[in-house]
Amino acid sequence: MAATTGALGGFLARPMGYTGVWGWVTTVDAKRIGVLYLVTSLTFFLWGGVQALTIRTQLAQSGLTVVSPGLYNQLFTMHALTMIFLAIMPMSSAFFNFVIPLQIGARDVAFPRLNALSYWIYLFGGLLLSAGYLTGGAADTGWFAYAPITEKTFSPNKGMDFYVLGLLVLGISSMAAAFNFIVTILNMRAPGMTLMRMPVFCWMTLVTSFLLVTAFPVITVALIQLLFDRYLGAGFFISSRGGDPLLWQHLFWVFGHPEVYILILPAMGVVSEILPTFSRKPLFGYSVVVFSGIVIGFMGWSVWSHHMFTVGLGAVANAVFTVSTMLIAVPTGVKVFNWMATMWGGNISLKTPMLFAIGFIALFVIGGLSGVSHAVSPSDFQQQDTYYIVAHLHYVLFGGSIFGLFAGIYYWFPKMRGRLLGEGLGKVHFWLMFTGMNMTFGPQHWLGLDGMPRRIYTYPSNMGWDFWNLVSTLGAFMIGVSLLVFLYNVWRSFSHGEHAGADPWDARTLEWTMPSPPPLYNFARIPTVHGRDPFWDQKYATDRSGRTHRLPAGAQEHDGHVEDVQNIHIPDPSYFPIFVALGLALAALGIAFHLAISVVGVAIFLIAIYGWAFEPTVEPRAHH
Amino acid sequence: MHAVANPEHDATTLGLDHRKLLMWTFLGSECLFFGSLITTYLVYKGRSLVGPYPADVFDIPYTSVSAFVLLMSSLTMVLALAAIQRGNQRGMRVWLLATALLGAIFLGGQMYEFTVFVGEGVTLQHNLFGTTFFTLTGFHGAHVTVGVFMLLTLVGASFAGKLKPEQSLNVELVGLYWHFVDVVWIVIFTVVYLVEAPNIIG
Repeated sequence: MAATTGALGGFLARPMGYTGVWGWVTTVDAKRIGVLYLVTSLTFFLWGGVQALTIRTQLAQSGLTVVSPGLYNQLFTMHALTMIFLAIMPMSSAFFNFVIPLQIGARDVAFPRLNALSYWIYLFGGLLLSAGYLTGGAADTGWFAYAPITEKTFSPNKGMDFYVLGLLVLGISSMAAAFNFIVTILNMRAPGMTLMRMPVFCWMTLVTSFLLVTAFPVITVALIQLLFDRYLGAGFFISSRGGDPLLWQHLFWVFGHPEVYILILPAMGVVSEILPTFSRKPLFGYSVVVFSGIVIGFMGWSVWSHHMFTVGLGAVANAVFTVSTMLIAVPTGVKVFNWMATMWGGNISLKTPMLFAIGFIALFVIGGLSGVSHAVSPSDFQQQDTYYIVAHLHYVLFGGSIFGLFAGIYYWFPKMRGRLLGEGLGKVHFWLMFTGMNMTFGPQHWLGLDGMPRRIYTYPSNMGWDFWNLVSTLGAFMIGVSLLVFLYNVWRSFSHGEHAGADPWDARTLEWTMPSPPPLYNFARIPTVHGRDPFWDQKYATDRSGRTHRLPAGAQEHDGHVEDVQNIHIPDPSYFPIFVALGLALAALGIAFHLAISVVGVAIFLIAIYGWAFEPTVEPRAHH
Repeated sequence: MHAVANPEHDATTLGLDHRKLLMWTFLGSECLFFGSLITTYLVYKGRSLVGPYPADVFDIPYTSVSAFVLLMSSLTMVLALAAIQRGNQRGMRVWLLATALLGAIFLGGQMYEFTVFVGEGVTLQHNLFGTTFFTLTGFHGAHVTVGVFMLLTLVGASFAGKLKPEQSLNVELVGLYWHFVDVVWIVIFTVVYLVEAPNIIG
């Protein structure tokens, strides 16, 4: 065994270079991985958007047949899966990777190679999940894939297999990343950065990570059970054999509701960074915001059956889940009020990130209120499976998560690239997206209350739904145009944008103390932290009368020990993460096609794992 | 890249090694994994449409012996860690091999038990008992198998001179995993087997 790994070590000597494509393939630098996550997730976001526009085109008028009913079912299923698992979650991961080490004053994450592994598994898993389109039809059961329609009898095509295998593989990616960030945040903070001095974005990342490592095992078990039903002839969800399709619903939503908070908490963290910066005030009620986030994380586990009010769980269950769901609105509301109080009396500068952050608050509040309206189970009986639900979930996921994440893109792009995104184009993007978003999803509230069912292929003209559906479709295309503006803005600013400098926003947290883009080693000197908003305290002092004035540059305190930049230890790039991910993906692919592929995949996986375990952790040249 | 002696400049941490914290978090996540499998077993308990039922096939004394074997492997695991922490490579190898052997005996016992059950007509496909039983205990067995491979890898690393006393954390981490797998078996043995005991004995 030792001989094998020795030979392997010679084969795949630890790559040294940091340039070219190989530099990106073998990178273990959290900042680069963050960029990979961002580019990939934006690509999937656009792909999800194309699917959405196709859906909206089909629904623009009554009786249209733009796509076939079968393809339509695949489109709404894959639109949801793409946006949730391949766009929003990894876009949050992009910021975890890029921002967290910088904000806590660390040179890297705790497990750099594990981080690279998370990205590669995400990429391969995303391709696996989408592969159904190429093999005679993607999954078409809706994203929560209720049993028993997912059984082989009713969904014999490979699309359903790719749903199961893709989500299983993606789960590994999410959990690996979450373990990494839990350890990084808990263990690698700069001297003096106690937990209650951490930026709120770090806190929300921590809570999200705990949700990920606890929620994904549950869906993993459900997916394995479904896989066994489909491939090994088990009967977990087949009622003719005593199985209970309801078990899937419970397992799915026990995962699925924490998942909702996995999608929104990172965006809440982003907004909690941006509002203080552009209001030039500390976050109002820091500890309350943090504890609300933690409470949401816990309570997110106690509300799953509100997705199942119409299943017939009985009055007691419905009452309990009504109450718990209404309770979870309390910490959420607390956060909203704290954000507004942060802006209150502040010196507000309406730059693009701030516009998106304010848009987030406005739209998220609308989505939150409609959410409370179907927390009430009798009212939910009216709304279940109608466009009202579609409107609600898009207000929280698009108006909430996506607006929050775009605020983050405008806020941190200068740190990533060293150039600002165009401010004018940014404002055009915001207003088009904000208007388009409300045009698309606002009318869906009343379409839903008027009885238009969710996931319906088309509708007769005498229902009176034509006008608002047309408005909704036009709004969707306006969102599409806004994204073209955004892409043009990125393309133009990439090489022609205004130079950002280290601190373009006069911000408060540590990532703005270093040059843009930051050097490979992040901090030439590890800072010592004395309070919240450590960078602000370096720049400004408040005198006795409460007036803030800027400290002269020379007076700024520089503490922390200086190290010779040449001697800073940077983890070396590694080939093994991409091979481990490839092995896993092939193993999963083989289950759907031919077990021989799985055997090859497992072999690659095992060799790469052993190579990983025995890869020298310190580069050989350091021994001289 | 040398550690700075001044504690003022050390990172703010929980005081637990990164990898140990990772392992504990991973085991927490595994609790949810086995929790879901055990819950499924309990939800479907007594809902098989056709026999054989658990009480028809369980052999409590037999499984008690194999459970005892697995429990004893936790003891040898502790002894292996104690040995390497004292710098005793040979002792560590002996106890690691003993742990792996006990794990392998447990796995052999499980395979024999599975074979007997299949012979009596309980399969993954046959009824809900078979479906949930084989899934739950099968995933536990898979975890033990991974553990045995990790133990053997440690022994191999030790022979290759790549497991020095200052790297005893590697042994400790495998140990944490191993003890966790043991504890899960205690739960499974109680919830799946022992609650059937009155039906079998009485």
